Amino acid sequence: MILALVTLLPIVGALLLLLVPREEVGLHRGLGFLFALATFVVSLLLVPGLKPAEWNALVDWVWVAPLGIHFKLGVDGISLFLVLLTTFLMPIVMLSAHQAIARKVREFYVALLVLETGMIGAFVAIDLFVFYVFWEVMLIPMYFLIGIWGGDRRLYASIKFVLYTLVGSLAMVVAILYLYVRHHEATGLWTFDYDALQKLVLSSREQLACFLAFALAFCIKVPLFPLHTWLPDAHVEAPTAGSVILAGVLLKFGTYGLLRFAIPMFPQAVVQCGPYITWLALIGIVYGSLVAWAQTDVKKLIAYSSVAHLGFVVLGLMAWNGRGVDGAMVQMLAHGISTGGLFLAIGVLYERRHTRRMEEFGGIAQVMPRFFAVFAIVMLASVGLPGLSGFVGEFLILLGSFDAWRTAKGHELFFGTGSHPKLIAAIAATGVILSAVYLLTMFQKVMLGPNANPKNRHLPDLSARELAVFAPIVVMAFWLGIYPATFLDRIDPAVAHVIGQFHEKATDRPELGPTPRLLGTLSKAAAAAATAKPGGGG
Amino acid sequence: MTLDNIASMKYFAPELILSIGILAILTVDLIVGKPDRKRSSLLAMSTLVLALLATLVTSDGVSRGLFGGLIARDPFTDFFKLLFIATTAFVGVAALRSRDTIEYQPGEYQDKESGEFYALTLTAAIGMMLMAAATDLLMAFLSLELVSILSYILAGFKRRDRKSSEASLKYVIYGGVASGVMLYGMSLLYGLAGSTSLSAIHAIKDPPLLTLIAAITLCFAGFGYKIASVPFHMWCPDVYEGAPTPVTAFLSVGPKAAGFALLIRFFHGAIPADVRSVPLILGLIAAATMTLGNLAAINQTNIKRLLAYSSIAHAGYILLGLVAGNDDGQRAILLYLVTYLFMNLGAFLVVMAMSDAGLGEELSEYRGLGKRAAFPALVMAICLFSLTGLPPFAGFFGKFYLFAALLSRGGTFNTALALIGILNSAVSLYYYARILRAMYFEKPTNEAPILEASLHRWNMGIMAAVTMGLWLAWTPLVDFAGASIVQWYPHATQVASLH
Repeated sequence: MILALVTLLPIVGALLLLLVPREEVGLHRGLGFLFALATFVVSLLLVPGLKPAEWNALVDWVWVAPLGIHFKLGVDGISLFLVLLTTFLMPIVMLSAHQAIARKVREFYVALLVLETGMIGAFVAIDLFVFYVFWEVMLIPMYFLIGIWGGDRRLYASIKFVLYTLVGSLAMVVAILYLYVRHHEATGLWTFDYDALQKLVLSSREQLACFLAFALAFCIKVPLFPLHTWLPDAHVEAPTAGSVILAGVLLKFGTYGLLRFAIPMFPQAVVQCGPYITWLALIGIVYGSLVAWAQTDVKKLIAYSSVAHLGFVVLGLMAWNGRGVDGAMVQMLAHGISTGGLFLAIGVLYERRHTRRMEEFGGIAQVMPRFFAVFAIVMLASVGLPGLSGFVGEFLILLGSFDAWRTAKGHELFFGTGSHPKLIAAIAATGVILSAVYLLTMFQKVMLGPNANPKNRHLPDLSARELAVFAPIVVMAFWLGIYPATFLDRIDPAVAHVIGQFHEKATDRPELGPTPRLLGTLSKAAAAAATAKPGGGG
Repeated sequence: MTLDNIASMKYFAPELILSIGILAILTVDLIVGKPDRKRSSLLAMSTLVLALLATLVTSDGVSRGLFGGLIARDPFTDFFKLLFIATTAFVGVAALRSRDTIEYQPGEYQDKESGEFYALTLTAAIGMMLMAAATDLLMAFLSLELVSILSYILAGFKRRDRKSSEASLKYVIYGGVASGVMLYGMSLLYGLAGSTSLSAIHAIKDPPLLTLIAAITLCFAGFGYKIASVPFHMWCPDVYEGAPTPVTAFLSVGPKAAGFALLIRFFHGAIPADVRSVPLILGLIAAATMTLGNLAAINQTNIKRLLAYSSIAHAGYILLGLVAGNDDGQRAILLYLVTYLFMNLGAFLVVMAMSDAGLGEELSEYRGLGKRAAFPALVMAICLFSLTGLPPFAGFFGKFYLFAALLSRGGTFNTALALIGILNSAVSLYYYARILRAMYFEKPTNEAPILEASLHRWNMGIMAAVTMGLWLAWTPLVDFAGASIVQWYPHATQVASLH
């Protein structure tokens, strides 16, 4: 029930806002914020007593009985923190938009709340039909957020965003339908249930086709190079609130989808396609960083940095071992916090100067000392400075990548790249350096040096409201960096469970021939021996 | 079982009631001498309500052949009867305040021709009901012609308007050719079977395949023309643009659904299931229809014309259910027609309400509508998202089930068709988004708020509410549609023995 409450509370709030007269702008802001905050508080109730490797707070209501559609929601260690990230960012975003959004205030908060329901629902849905419904529910509010409150090129950006996303998700819906039909053929049961469909045995051709359809949807969302071109447009044109949600949460659907659906459901296809995805992720890291370096628009720079950072996440997933995937999960959260913070910081500058061009700024630190501190922290968190959020994820991902050849149990997703995993990790590591280069360069140009532009001489420092916006983000950036165990303790068992299922499923394929089977049994035996050994190894 | 003429009357009650109602509308006008749109519409609405009641009362889930097997009365026809009554009622109510159907001079409505309008639409409703019920080629042809001729008249209802007359004339010419071609196909079928009954055609032993395929293809000309599928769609944009908007709304939903009813009857009933090339032909037509409809819609600047192309595309999607050719496919078609009724009618109602409030039909006129007329713009947005097939709107569920039915047949061809359909949905979002963009993202040239008539507001509200909330009632709807599909009639053998 808690989960249904968390999912539906925002949309209830949206409906309530529609009843409030349009003129009551203050009431809209207050109510919207209140509902987002309430959703966050309720979502915190999911944490105590969570069993990471199974579905918690299960909701299972029959929706369309003849078609076997259940309104089924559940949360595990993987989705928990993504839900929390969503509910955490939403009140912050609403608070940040007080001044920036002056027209159509009601519609703005309604769109955000509907978006929140869509996002939470898609993270916790474990019926593929319901997942798809929530997945598309996200699309419409985002379209309006960019299109109505966006910048000069919002018309172009909004339609580009929608078309890219829609093409991917429509491919996915065909694959979902295919699984649905296929499951009926195999068992005589109509269902969209995630666990049931995951157990379905598919031939390698079927796996490949379905995987490609799912992966297309998710890779567009990530976005993986070369499907990333919608992202700079959408991020730059969206209002600050939209950019924060887009970067902070929406992009995570790509990587979450890969981790939850595409990889565990079609293991053989992943083994086949893994090398290509790995290379695309690597290209994304290096290319995204280089392009970010070349930007003069701060927001565009942050947008391209997202391409690079999400490349890391995909790399961690492709390493497909405990460390890599744990790292990917932490990096998702860290990116949500730090990039969300960066976009909010740009928003602060933009509200004051109505420009985002680097050469217009310089020496802002002198007039806005509080802003300087906050901006520095989120920027360094994004760079990956040890002790801040970005470091843990990137470190684990690189560690996992180095290790990939040793831990893959015969299902290396890296294999076939023609290169040693260590080389791949080494290339990826340049991304860490590059991110320091472009982010520090940007920071220097904007914040340090002489305050030469007369327009920048008298900028007001952060107000109390703006400090309240940044405070939770700064706290989280430190928390993730200093004591990630809070998160990893719950993520790791869930990830281990998924990886275990994957190897089991990948090994139980008769058509794979005897070798992997043998390997699989050996590894299982080894695992059994390892657990049987009393206090073994450490 | 097949009933004789007298026993059939009871089950023919809905059509009889409609006929009486039509006569009443016309005679009352004659007797009173002064036409009054409120009186005519009231008569028409009460007739429709009576017909609805008659349908419900006489419907018992049993399949019967009426009038010696010319038409059928089964759950399938009942389903379509309800659909047609709803369509006619919604359009009839909307027409009450439409400048297009009631002669309008600035400041006042003149009721000169309102009686005719209601009589014509009710007659068309009878025609459509007969189309859904026809189990004999003769009856199929007659009912199709009845609907067609009424459509021609309705399309040209604005007599003094050049566009309307042009639409009507184009419609007649295309319709005449299509009917002729269809008749030729039917004559071939008659030659093969020695009977015009669909069940006799179904029972042909070892038909010469080439002749059969040729006959089916020729017959499809007539059906395809009614549903506006490629290559018989050419009339559609011109007619939809030129016809009075209530008529366009009516044509885009009613006769199209009737055409599909006839198609289902024909392909599920008359054509032996082992004719392999039928799904292939239908599939190619479906693919061409949706692709052409969607691509042609992209560049339209007139909103009615754009919606016309969109309705062509939707005919393509619905044909996919026929390609699947099984019960699931049929059920999907029925479901889709219900969702299509509300979302498409909703979109046209907005156009109607806006043009009655003085707005033009060009897309550019819709700039800033979100600000000038918030509610109609919202209804339009809901209908457009639904037409695209985005959840949680009704259109998504309809489309989802169509594709599910197609994919459940397996095979490369069906999968490819589904993919084409999916890609088309993405294309369609692009031009629907052009309307959304104009309404919400672009600055209006004229800031003055537009006030829609309260009648239109209610009507639009119903459409939007159903389009948005249909997922709540999806289970009973699926069950209802599932119970309404054509079971190839149990009285088939008896009919065959008549000949």
